Amino acid sequence: MIRPAIPYVTAALLFGLGVYGVLRRRNAVLVLMSVELMLNAVNLILVTADTTVRAALPATGQVFTLFVIVIAAAEVGVGLAIVLHLYRLRASIAVDEVPLAHDSRGAAPPGTPPDRASADVPGQAAPDPTSGAIGQQVGSR
Amino acid sequence: MTGGDLLLVALGAIAVGAGLLVVTTRHLVRAGLYLVVCLAAVAGLYLVLTAELLAWVQVLIYVGAVVVLLLFAMMLTRAPIGARADLDRPGWPAALVGGGAGLGLALLLVDAVRWSTVELPAAGDAERIGEAVFGSWVLPFEVLSVLLLAALIGAIVLSRPDIGASRDRED
Repeated sequence: MIRPAIPYVTAALLFGLGVYGVLRRRNAVLVLMSVELMLNAVNLILVTADTTVRAALPATGQVFTLFVIVIAAAEVGVGLAIVLHLYRLRASIAVDEVPLAHDSRGAAPPGTPPDRASADVPGQAAPDPTSGAIGQQVGSR
Repeated sequence: MTGGDLLLVALGAIAVGAGLLVVTTRHLVRAGLYLVVCLAAVAGLYLVLTAELLAWVQVLIYVGAVVVLLLFAMMLTRAPIGARADLDRPGWPAALVGGGAGLGLALLLVDAVRWSTVELPAAGDAERIGEAVFGSWVLPFEVLSVLLLAALIGAIVLSRPDIGASRDRED
């Protein structure tokens, strides 16, 4: 016998922490971690509801949780590929320095036209091993 | 308060405490390690809630793959070792929105279930979930496989500069 209020409150607090992290953090990898916290909160609510509510279809909440886990894995793969590409272009992954407009002038490093930024960033970190490692990581899953 | 309740409270406290450290710590790599603790505690909650298969999937995919991938990305973007002060934006709006969302959701859910008790079902096995996936939810399952393939190809295209976005530099 359990009280469903306990996991529900845990999930709500985890979701709030995730929202706080997404709004607070500057580092893109930490933002992705906060998104994982939010997804886990939703999963916890789904599992708790599946255990404590009698539904017409059995085990639906757990099946949905499995689907959310799969989507989270895909999201993290693509998100980290974008983050690494951003690092290769800008040599920084601070999300508040990402240029949102197409021709933003303030955020680009001096002397680097935005269109050709990928060609000549100083401090470019050996693109071939980088891309190869991530490609293998994503591919191996 | 029964034994299950005590386990839920303990694991929930671990999960929330580790989650708090994930979003507040100034050490980049430690944030990833606290995330492991948080996800493992959530897996423990799944076990208490009789979702055994999900608990092990959580350990395998989140703790095993996702966190390793996040740590990989940290290392590849030259994560600083030691405390950094520039990881955060100034955060009153974030605290307001995050705390509001968390406490508001907690109030809503507590108002929905109050302090009622529920008998746990018999310990779940993979057979029940397998029947549900391949009986009622076959189409979403297949669509998800296509999504995974698309994400895999997209990640490879994004991370290969020679076939990806920067084609304009070849001129």
